[in-house]
Amino acid sequence: MIRARGIEKRYGRKRVLNGIDLDVASGGFMLVTGSNGSGKTTLLRVVAGLAAPTRGTLEVDVDRARLGFLSHEPLVYRELSALENLELFGRLYRVHERRERIGMLLGRFGLWEARGERVSTYSRGMVQRLALCRALLHDPDLLVLDEPYSALDEQGAELLDRELDELVGRHTLVVSTHDPRRLARLATGRLALA
Amino acid sequence: MTYFADVATLTRKDLKVELRARDTLPAMLLFVLSTLVVFRFALPEGTSDDAAYGLLWVAIVFTALLGLARAWVPEQEHGVLDGLVLAPCDRSAIWLGKTLATLAFLVAAQVVALPAFVLFFAPLDLTALAGIALADVGICAVGSLMAAMAAAGRARELLLPLLVLPLAVPLVVGGVGAAISPDGERYLLLLALYDGVFAVLSWASFEYVVTE
Amino acid sequence: MLAAGLMGLAVLLALVIAPEDADQGISQRIFYIHVPIALTAYFCFGLGAWKALLLLWRGDERYDLESYVAVHQGTIFGSLTLITGSLWAKASWGVWWTWSSNQLVLFLVLFLFYCAYFMLRFSLEEGPRRARSSAVYALFGVVLIPISFLAIRLAEDFIHPTVFTRDGPQMTATIFTAFCVSWAAVTLLAYVLYRVELAGKRLDTDLRELREALQ
Repeated sequence: MIRARGIEKRYGRKRVLNGIDLDVASGGFMLVTGSNGSGKTTLLRVVAGLAAPTRGTLEVDVDRARLGFLSHEPLVYRELSALENLELFGRLYRVHERRERIGMLLGRFGLWEARGERVSTYSRGMVQRLALCRALLHDPDLLVLDEPYSALDEQGAELLDRELDELVGRHTLVVSTHDPRRLARLATGRLALA
Repeated sequence: MTYFADVATLTRKDLKVELRARDTLPAMLLFVLSTLVVFRFALPEGTSDDAAYGLLWVAIVFTALLGLARAWVPEQEHGVLDGLVLAPCDRSAIWLGKTLATLAFLVAAQVVALPAFVLFFAPLDLTALAGIALADVGICAVGSLMAAMAAAGRARELLLPLLVLPLAVPLVVGGVGAAISPDGERYLLLLALYDGVFAVLSWASFEYVVTE
Repeated sequence: MLAAGLMGLAVLLALVIAPEDADQGISQRIFYIHVPIALTAYFCFGLGAWKALLLLWRGDERYDLESYVAVHQGTIFGSLTLITGSLWAKASWGVWWTWSSNQLVLFLVLFLFYCAYFMLRFSLEEGPRRARSSAVYALFGVVLIPISFLAIRLAEDFIHPTVFTRDGPQMTATIFTAFCVSWAAVTLLAYVLYRVELAGKRLDTDLRELREALQ
């Protein structure tokens, strides 16, 4: 599903990625590890299509409509409610049975009660959970998650564990993390960035 | 037709966000009214009406700049712009949605400001109003794009006026000309030409400005 | 390349001799420099926009530097246009500035526009985003030229400039030759400067890349 050869990403003088190869089969779970500043976020952005590689080839068999991305930032509007945010992205992604799917996701991630309140009132953990809902909303074939556990509270982390367990196998995942132990059991491949 | 559905979704979102945040539109309204009052004192007794029209246009341009400076702020918070760029919709739809919303705010501010102008200074005929309408479109179209460019860097509030003001020169010429010249139609044509050319250019370029 | 530079300078010297034939006063002399400089500035901006288009179309970042240098040269020649134009105004009409010269006013607007180009580049971090935004802005500049010119023409109606008779030179054969020589010289100079600056900047980036690769 993903084939990358010799990926280099430069921002002017700074070389962030230097000759990365990546292979992820359909249904696979690629774990990307590395310390801060090793380029994990940049690599995931390149895979998601937010940044074009300076050099190298990248083939991703999935278009934007079938790709879900979780970034360092939540990618949701502060002034809108969880429901309104998901409505917006639901429309943009042309999600089938939008209302039901939104309701289901909000319930699954424990945001149903707070669904009508503005995101600006949420705790950090809640915002991250909403970000996950947003990434999963359109049932993407490929999920690219950048350190999904980083902002989650304990309850959220358990919910995410459960979710990943269900997604593995049917969907392809590329996940970056600080703490590989939590996800090691699910991973079908690993990439360590220097 | 999904393109226009996307644009509608995005414009609605911008209007909703502004309705909640309630910071841009009131500021624009207050700004334009205060500016008109200041102009009253800045114009010495006996100056012609023409000078007043000139100052009206200064007020319009700077009010628009105020609105444009805030245009992409909701997208900067929490990095939402990436979320929009990732969506399957055409990137130019993001620009169009934002332009229409900014235009709505500018027109809303003018609905209050123009009667005030007529009250304080001088009348506005149909040609003058048409000129204002056309120039509004032009400045929002170009300004949306420039604001997006400036937003990615530092000192964005300082940069935006620098980018927009030279581009606004033809608009001011067109607007003032439409108001004071007996041959106002020529100026309306100039504005229409500006709008046509620069709106298309902005529409087509947005994709490049917002992706890497 | 150095030979081209020398030739450029030599031709420039030649043009100092030529106008003395014309013997129509200092203002005429300035014309020989002012107009070619203005034309060269337009050409540089056009080149910058062309390179910008290539950058957006082909995606090769090499075009970013070429576009930047072209715009830089254009801005330098643009400011020279303003200065020589001001000198011309002083020599011809006794004022340092006049709004009646559409060309001069246009250059003022363009000068401000392209100064903002550098502010834009300065405020963005190096990388594809800066390259693309600069390219889009350079394209806007080139489109602005005709539209601004039109606007300034129309603005004559109500800016009410003091009426100065524009003494455009009658193009006799010798004057025309002198003008062409001067134009060629200035264009050559611009070309040389462009190549020199581009080479210098390329060397800079190559050195940096080499340093990085060695680390």
